[in-house]
Amino acid sequence: MSEPVAEIEVEIQNEEGLHLRPAVQFVDVASRFRSAITVSHGSVQADAKSVMEMTLLAAACGSRLKIRAVGPDASEVIAALGELVAKNFPPTSKPAEAKKEG
Amino acid sequence: MELRKGIAVSPGIAIARAMVIDSKDYRIPRRSIMASQRAGEIKRVRRAFADAIRELDQIETAKRIEEGAIRDIFAVHMRFLRDKRFLKRVTDYIEKELVTAEYAVSTILREIASHFEKVDDVYISERAADIYDIERRLLTHLLGKVAEEVEHLREEVVIVAHDLAPTQTASFNKTFVKGFATERGGRTSHTAIIARSLGIPAVVALEDLMSCVTAQSTVIIDGNRGVVVIDPDEATLEEYRAHARRFTEFEHELDGFRDIPAVTRDGVPITLLGNVEFPDEAEVVLQKGGQGIGLYRTEFLYLYGGTEPTEDDHYHAYSEVARLMNGKPIVIRTMDLGADKVPHTNRHPQEANPVLGLRSIRYCLQNLPLFKTQLRAILRASTLGDVRVMFPLITTMQELCQAKMILRDVMEDLDEYGVPYNAQMPVGIMIETPSSALTAGLLATESDFFSIGTNDLIQYTLAVDRGNEHVSTMYSAAEPAVLYLIRSVIHDANKAGIGLSVCGEMASEPEFVMLLLGMGVRTLSMAPPLIPEVKKIVCSVTIEECNLLARKVATLDSQRQIKNLLRDAAGRILPVEY
Repeated sequence: MSEPVAEIEVEIQNEEGLHLRPAVQFVDVASRFRSAITVSHGSVQADAKSVMEMTLLAAACGSRLKIRAVGPDASEVIAALGELVAKNFPPTSKPAEAKKEG
Repeated sequence: MELRKGIAVSPGIAIARAMVIDSKDYRIPRRSIMASQRAGEIKRVRRAFADAIRELDQIETAKRIEEGAIRDIFAVHMRFLRDKRFLKRVTDYIEKELVTAEYAVSTILREIASHFEKVDDVYISERAADIYDIERRLLTHLLGKVAEEVEHLREEVVIVAHDLAPTQTASFNKTFVKGFATERGGRTSHTAIIARSLGIPAVVALEDLMSCVTAQSTVIIDGNRGVVVIDPDEATLEEYRAHARRFTEFEHELDGFRDIPAVTRDGVPITLLGNVEFPDEAEVVLQKGGQGIGLYRTEFLYLYGGTEPTEDDHYHAYSEVARLMNGKPIVIRTMDLGADKVPHTNRHPQEANPVLGLRSIRYCLQNLPLFKTQLRAILRASTLGDVRVMFPLITTMQELCQAKMILRDVMEDLDEYGVPYNAQMPVGIMIETPSSALTAGLLATESDFFSIGTNDLIQYTLAVDRGNEHVSTMYSAAEPAVLYLIRSVIHDANKAGIGLSVCGEMASEPEFVMLLLGMGVRTLSMAPPLIPEVKKIVCSVTIEECNLLARKVATLDSQRQIKNLLRDAAGRILPVEY
């Protein structure tokens, strides 16, 4: 029985690309899932759970990335990461953050 | 086997395992390990990652970081340190390349950083700075462990480093540190001074040392000849073990000279003094049979404190030495630093040529409060023993008169407050420029004594920087021009009937001792550990022999001929180690 697979293509639209905070957010979201997740930028591939590899993708604004998840929660992965990119990496809702935003 | 030549700054021979101290402020050189050490280095990397994570956790909990940008940077550091793929990349590199943990961390992070720097997007290329930050954080932990190791040494080692700072050497377990070898430094560098005061060999100014030594290397430090051998072969090792044995025997033999007076075979007494910097070196002078301190350098007061030394800081140091010397002469040299070396001052004139710039007495004469503070302390200490003051780098008569006038001003101030001092305190100068050597007859009318500082005198006379490898071979005390100046200074001092000593390195180089005696010098001042050896020479010669040698030297016209002649003469007295 083969594992479920899900894929999505996204475009990075926030100005700073997958810079510091967005890369960390991406990795944090990916790390919540059990699936193996790879992200491709052109010919470069990265493990979505490795901040080193994600930052080495050097995905600037306008880059198109292919996200591929293999595992029991593959479709949830794609939904969550797709939303994160589509919403331009919204700030997380930690208390300190919320206070600042308010 | 690799051999490096540098400057010998402290005598002796040490053979031991290398303790390599990298610095996170310099590029970490590639250093190989043996296959059997892979596991150990990988463990060090894992521990450094774990320690760095713990440190970040502590910082984050200690001060709830609210500011967005800083919090983001912390988050990135943390994610990197917890990134298993990143850790694996580092450990794989050690596994594959057989290099140290430091080199692997540095290389991998620089690879990542350079990847960012190439990307044509300012947001991404700026990320490189964060990566360098992570490199520093990990290196701090790796090197911190090394520092702890040096503190808790259990076996004898020699320290190999790019450079050593006072804060580093202060924590060394000195019982097990047998020698120093550094890439940077000179005769007056911290490493040199510490090595001499510990009485262990040291060689500095060794080029390209760090990349050829590994933590397992056996290293020979030959502080007599300025040579360092890395991973010696069996024959070399045996040769140096024999050297070391003979050197130890020789030192024991020299100990026998400690309590006998320094008198030539034909009965002429010679005064042997020590050059010191730190108060505790005064004890070494006494242990080695020195008759006083011919040069008390005071620069450490300005360099090692956090602030400009107060009058009491000065007085405390001077009175400590006066107490130890108990009536024996102490020549305190006033501050001899360049403007570029004086900390705690806003005055940092960028000088194109600092050696010819605002330094030493020139700096003092332009910074009177600083100068007067030191003079007041010296005068106050003058009642505690045979304290004398000496001005360095005097170039003209006008400078000398100015310095003496300021000394008189300070004396008047002390009179006003009723502070006691020795109004007859001898005032001397260092002769270390061709200008002062040529006008020594004139300067003698305003001086109680001269001390010839041969190091600077040679440098200024021959216009040679001996730290510059391209011309350093021209630096030689045996150059006829140098000897001509020294001869004329001796003549002028004798004619005026004032005291004269030689306090440069030349005074302690065995081959020059006979020559200086033959030229009429009767007082020599040197690094304290060298006193017994020079005393042995003094006791082995007659002034007549020395006079003859000096006359012969005066007829020779090249430093090579002179050097050969002197070496032959010294060789008849000293064992081959010199």
